[in-house]
Amino acid sequence: MNPRRSFFVLTTLAFGFAFLYVPILLMIAFSFNAGKLTTVWAGFSTHWYAALLDNEQMLSATALSLRIAAMTATGAVILGTVAGLVLARFGRFKGRTLLSGMTTAPLVMPEVITGLSLLLLFVALANLVGWPARRGVSTITIAHITFAMAYVTVVVQSRLATFEDALEEAAMDLGARPAKVFFVITLPIILPAIVSGWLLAFTLSWDDLVIASFVSGPGSTTLPMLIFSKVRLGVTPEINALATLMVTIVTIGIVVAAVWMQRQERARQRDVQLAQAAN
Amino acid sequence: MAAPGYVTLGERMSVALAWLFQGITQSPAYRWLRKRGMRGRALVVAVPSLWLLLFFVVPFLIVLKISFAETAYSVPPYTPLIDWSGEQVLALKLYLSNYAFLLEDPLYFNAYVNSVKVAAISTILCLLIGYPMAYGIARASPAWRNVLLMMIILPFWTSFLLRVYAWIGMLRTDGVINDILLFIGIIDQPLVMLQTDIAVYIGIVYSYLPFMVLPLYANLEKMDLTLLEAAADLGSRPAKAFLRITLPLSLPGIIAGCMLVFIPAVGEFVIPALLGGPDSLMIGRVLWDEFFANRDWPVASAVAIAMLLLLVVPIMIFQYMQGRQMAAHR
Repeated sequence: MNPRRSFFVLTTLAFGFAFLYVPILLMIAFSFNAGKLTTVWAGFSTHWYAALLDNEQMLSATALSLRIAAMTATGAVILGTVAGLVLARFGRFKGRTLLSGMTTAPLVMPEVITGLSLLLLFVALANLVGWPARRGVSTITIAHITFAMAYVTVVVQSRLATFEDALEEAAMDLGARPAKVFFVITLPIILPAIVSGWLLAFTLSWDDLVIASFVSGPGSTTLPMLIFSKVRLGVTPEINALATLMVTIVTIGIVVAAVWMQRQERARQRDVQLAQAAN
Repeated sequence: MAAPGYVTLGERMSVALAWLFQGITQSPAYRWLRKRGMRGRALVVAVPSLWLLLFFVVPFLIVLKISFAETAYSVPPYTPLIDWSGEQVLALKLYLSNYAFLLEDPLYFNAYVNSVKVAAISTILCLLIGYPMAYGIARASPAWRNVLLMMIILPFWTSFLLRVYAWIGMLRTDGVINDILLFIGIIDQPLVMLQTDIAVYIGIVYSYLPFMVLPLYANLEKMDLTLLEAAADLGSRPAKAFLRITLPLSLPGIIAGCMLVFIPAVGEFVIPALLGGPDSLMIGRVLWDEFFANRDWPVASAVAIAMLLLLVVPIMIFQYMQGRQMAAHR
């Protein structure tokens, strides 16, 4: 690389990362501000964290969001894994184009459209078959599963695409039934993709404001909905504290996951080397 | 795979699931299904397909249907399209008034044009910042590459809403940026940045930058570097080699990244609602207000359909690129 362009690239990298991180770091700094004004430093305090933990409304919204996110992630992983497997391994079949279209479109679909269309579906279903009689946790979860499973499908599909199906074929040749092949051979191979797909679906659900606002009902306010209504009224230091907590948890989670995955990969490579040495 | 005596938790779970599955396949209910011609393979295809048909395709048809209905003071607030009331004759009433309304009122047209403009400019800004970043990461040493990539992905995992909110504190007239500029003495009056289009651009570029960098990185990282060496050996200057080799080869990544930013940005709601002013109209916000403030479901549906018409071509390009990328893996 020529030094001048390298300098240009390094400058953009530094600028880009500063752009991504400075607002978050400032938000963290001001969460420890004693004053109520978010931009004037009035001394160090953890007052806003205490206020956050005292806020009943915030805690119950958090519990609701966690519950929905966990159910969404599990549902999306099951459906998304099946869809990814079908698209990567089943070759040509009737309706393949339709399925692949239905799994990629939600990735880019504007959330207002997804939210509106799902709400209209739930209203129509309630008129037609009487379900869902009340909108709330179940309708939010179904809506989240539908858009989160698209992400899981892509993750699982691309993981499967990087693996030859030789192992699966060998197992079939040795007489294993397709279901057994899936659970004993395929599933362990795609396990990292399933884990990251679960986490991704969890985050997408945990984060969603627009779709949840459309399909939720009275009494089911998720955390993003609560944050949005608070933020619209102005900047509150409590939200800074909440953001700091979320950023900290996510950062720890990602670092731990990265280290763990690196270890797994090393263990796998060591096993491969051992197996080759044994031959 | 694993050395003898070394069984991972995942493998243990898989074996347990296999046993469970065997139990299911030997159950009477499953045999009953099989006798009626339901093969396992068809069932596996059917489960995700039916889910997506019911919760993704059918809802669009309903939106389409309601966009042709008339607003009514009832629950739900629109008239039925198919009417049985008159003399056993099935009457299909299509109201085009919602679409006519969209065309007549300049508010909607302006919102469309403005959404496309804002999304397009933001996409170009994302590309200008994201391309050198992706390039720098792809050409860094492997150890650095992983760290930098993780730093790109990390903001994506933290709340989108809170990251947009962080910019309110930055952009306000008594915010951090104005404080710094006033302190240095570049300006003597605080700049009005919040509730302007500039704030919306910053918000979109900030939120969607990872979506631009990741596909570009995936593409640039796979590139065959010997091509550049060959170009250098043949006397090409680096800038020329970049323009004639790297840039054309990274075109699929550029298109994928641009679509991932442009399409959702057109319908963006949160960013214009929090950072934009009352006059920075975007179509996602118009739809939201039409639905939540005016409770006019048919007009909101017509807005959604019109937005989809606008996005059909970009979405199809994205699907085509996605399909090609999956095929290229093999």
